[in-house]
Amino acid sequence: MAFSHFIDRRKNPKGKSLGNRQRFLKRARAQIKEAVNKSLRDRSLKEIEKGEKISIPSKSTAEPRFRLDPETGKREMVHPGNKEFGKGDKIKKPPKGGGKGKGKKASTDGDGEDSFQFTLTQDEFLDIFFEDLELPNLVKRSLKEIKATAYKRAGITVSGSPTNMNLIRTMRNAHGRRLALHRPSTREMNELKERLFALERIAQPSDEEIALRKDIIAQLEAMESRRRWAPFIDPLDVRFNAYEPTPVETTAAVMFCLMDVSGSMGEREKDLAKRFYMLLYLFLRRRYERVEIVFIRHTHHAEEVDEETFFYSRQSGGTVVSTALDKMLEVQRDRFAAHEWNIYVAQASDGFTQSGDAKRCVEILNESIMPISQYYAYIEILDERELEVFSNEDSGAELWRAYRTFAPQWDHFAQTRIARPQDIFPVFRELFSKNKREAA
Amino acid sequence: MNDIGLKPSLLFDDADWDFEVLQRTLEAIEEIALSDLKLDIYPNQIEIISSEQMLDAYSSHGMPLMYKHWSFGKHFARDQMMYQKGYSGLAYEIVINSNPCIAYLMEENTMTMQALVMAHASFGHNHFFKNNYLFRQWTDAEGILPYLDFAKKYIAKCEDEYGFEEVEAILDASHALMDQGVFRYSRPPRLSDADQMAKLAARAEHEELTFNDIWRTLPNIEEDEEEKEERQAEVRNIKLPEENLLYFIEKASPILRPWQRELVRIVRNVAQYFYPQKQTKVMNEGCATFVHHYIMTELYNRGAIGEGAILEFLHSHSSVVFQPDFDDPRYSGINPYALGFAMMEDIKRICEDPKAEDREWFPEIAGSGDWREILKDAWTNYRDESFILQYLSPKVMRDFHLFAIADSAKESHVEVSAIHDDLGYRRVRERLAAMYDIGMHEPNVQVVAAALEGDRKLTLQHKVHDGRKLNGDTKDVILTHIETLWGHEVKLEDGDA
Repeated sequence: MAFSHFIDRRKNPKGKSLGNRQRFLKRARAQIKEAVNKSLRDRSLKEIEKGEKISIPSKSTAEPRFRLDPETGKREMVHPGNKEFGKGDKIKKPPKGGGKGKGKKASTDGDGEDSFQFTLTQDEFLDIFFEDLELPNLVKRSLKEIKATAYKRAGITVSGSPTNMNLIRTMRNAHGRRLALHRPSTREMNELKERLFALERIAQPSDEEIALRKDIIAQLEAMESRRRWAPFIDPLDVRFNAYEPTPVETTAAVMFCLMDVSGSMGEREKDLAKRFYMLLYLFLRRRYERVEIVFIRHTHHAEEVDEETFFYSRQSGGTVVSTALDKMLEVQRDRFAAHEWNIYVAQASDGFTQSGDAKRCVEILNESIMPISQYYAYIEILDERELEVFSNEDSGAELWRAYRTFAPQWDHFAQTRIARPQDIFPVFRELFSKNKREAA
Repeated sequence: MNDIGLKPSLLFDDADWDFEVLQRTLEAIEEIALSDLKLDIYPNQIEIISSEQMLDAYSSHGMPLMYKHWSFGKHFARDQMMYQKGYSGLAYEIVINSNPCIAYLMEENTMTMQALVMAHASFGHNHFFKNNYLFRQWTDAEGILPYLDFAKKYIAKCEDEYGFEEVEAILDASHALMDQGVFRYSRPPRLSDADQMAKLAARAEHEELTFNDIWRTLPNIEEDEEEKEERQAEVRNIKLPEENLLYFIEKASPILRPWQRELVRIVRNVAQYFYPQKQTKVMNEGCATFVHHYIMTELYNRGAIGEGAILEFLHSHSSVVFQPDFDDPRYSGINPYALGFAMMEDIKRICEDPKAEDREWFPEIAGSGDWREILKDAWTNYRDESFILQYLSPKVMRDFHLFAIADSAKESHVEVSAIHDDLGYRRVRERLAAMYDIGMHEPNVQVVAAALEGDRKLTLQHKVHDGRKLNGDTKDVILTHIETLWGHEVKLEDGDA
């Protein structure tokens, strides 16, 4: 068959268009980011790890070509499927605006659509999510690992890399084999050699001595050959440590999200708080097989709510922060026994509470919450002007000052003030660095 | 013929395929294509690929090699989304006008589909590419793959050397002018032939060897006097008006550096390569569809494929040639597969079994019996516009219920100007043919004046036809793109065609 042949290309490397995709994402960066930020508002905390279908205005990535304007001039088009028309029939044009009708052809090959939809992979999505938060690279990488596995010892094998050789096992096997095969030891041979040397030093040896010498040489040769087929270490003896990838401990964590929802917390504040919770969630997802989230909102009284209500419904009332802490303890005692669950608490507030309440908060924290929790993060959300005013760590609203005084006693307590997304990460810095120490 | 058990003569009898079955089937198809239809083809190179690779190929003009650009990434993202959502299937095949003729088969296809695709692409399209006058005159099947390989490497090198943004700016601007970057009436100069590519590569090499940072501060250092002279002589030979904007800009732009000219040239060559395909959609798909239909039917008649296979084939064939009516929500213009296939089947009918009407309309072919020669002559010597004008028969117009609508922007009504009846046949045919005249629906923009000295103003003219103006939004964006390439003021005016 001279004319035709087949080639199997299925094994060719994939992702030929990856470079194009990167160029495209870069090109539409600003719009994609906007879309991602919007979708952060809409998606729930647990969905943070999924890829995302986003749509961006098609104008940003339009590929313009000269086009004729269908609103001008004259044209005559032929269409199929005539049913009742005769020559000379007049048909009213569809109203403008929605009037695509016959002009449809122009928009199928042009850039008629208003928005362009496509799917971001999880990696790409997280990249953009992280961008604002200014995470250190190491942290980004570790957050993106979905399944954390660790290599664990899994017995002994007969094959492996030299670095994994188990010396003790190998030597023990070799020793046993040498004994079984009666391998002459080096010491025995050295003794014989000593004797041989001694004999050789005799200037005028007697016949007896010559015979003895020959005998020793013969013995040595026999030993030598025996050693050759019963070597000191034989490949048969070698053993390696076996390692198997095993998922890291399957443990459970509960994350309590506490938030002040009184009137002073606007959309911007809640948005920042949401990112703060998302980041904590991502971190916990990585360390624990199972992560539960409890949402507790409070004004002057606290309640457990679902995520939707937590972020989007408003409530009016005063602000008593300690009610949220009480509520949290109540839920914890009820459903999350401290010996089974790793407890993480994330509190967001604008820093105001009824006077005198801050003291009570510190009491509850000191006595009940800090001893059972792994980590407690507090963020105070300010606007940028306030952030300048409160540039000094020691000054601030009542709650802040109260926490400042007690914080040093607990090294798993973190607090910070944020006004922008990039301020969030420092709260977690310790959390991540602690993890790093464990991993090392 | 009802022996249900063993049918040793069948080429295949289930959906799975392997290379042995493919080879066997290909030979049977080739037998019919060469000795019955007497097709004249390039050697075939048939490549089996996965659906992801198909998407890859899709996004870059269906070419196996293409330079990198964000717009291809965008197309990929869109196609992938459409595919994953199930809005659109992938094309069964992609075929490339090259020698050897490369066709892709997707691994997911059933064996029947593989047979259909091979007949369609590797024989139908292949014959058309090799014989049609537009492809013969305007494209270089031998040179296209080496050229794209060169283009890809060259552009990657420019990205390294001058940065992504610089390269992207030139490519974006050139892409915007792709439709106006072809020679329509005169034969284009060949692609950079092997010599020229070697010369460019050698020059790049030489630059690297003699690289000296000091020279970077001098403008346009890469173009030596001799080359500049050559280029300027070429510019002086261009007679205005010039319809190929990219060609004119490449040669005459006062600001482009040599590598930038080469990028413009690459885009222009790619546009020129695809230009014949734009003008022969109906014929090209019609030819391929006619060929696959004939071959599959013939395989069945010869007992080489079974009932199941022919039913599966007819199912996909009829969805390929489905033509929704104008008032159907699925309607998006005339389906080139449907029209081309119907016209070619009709030519066969006219040759073999003409009615009185056909003898009147097509005296030279009616009843001649030799439809193979007539069709091959049409495939060789026509493009969509002239083919329709010559061969669209009253019967096909009636079958499609074609009607023409005159639409004037000033009026509040459109008027039915002709329908599929004795009075209207000629007008419908003429109007339909005109719709396939690229000059009619793609704006005709030409260079009418360029000051090569002084203020260096470039004047373009849109030749207005039937009062149809350019769309204002895209016009302004494109003008800025042209200014990027020209570096000085660019004016676009309307003129009468």
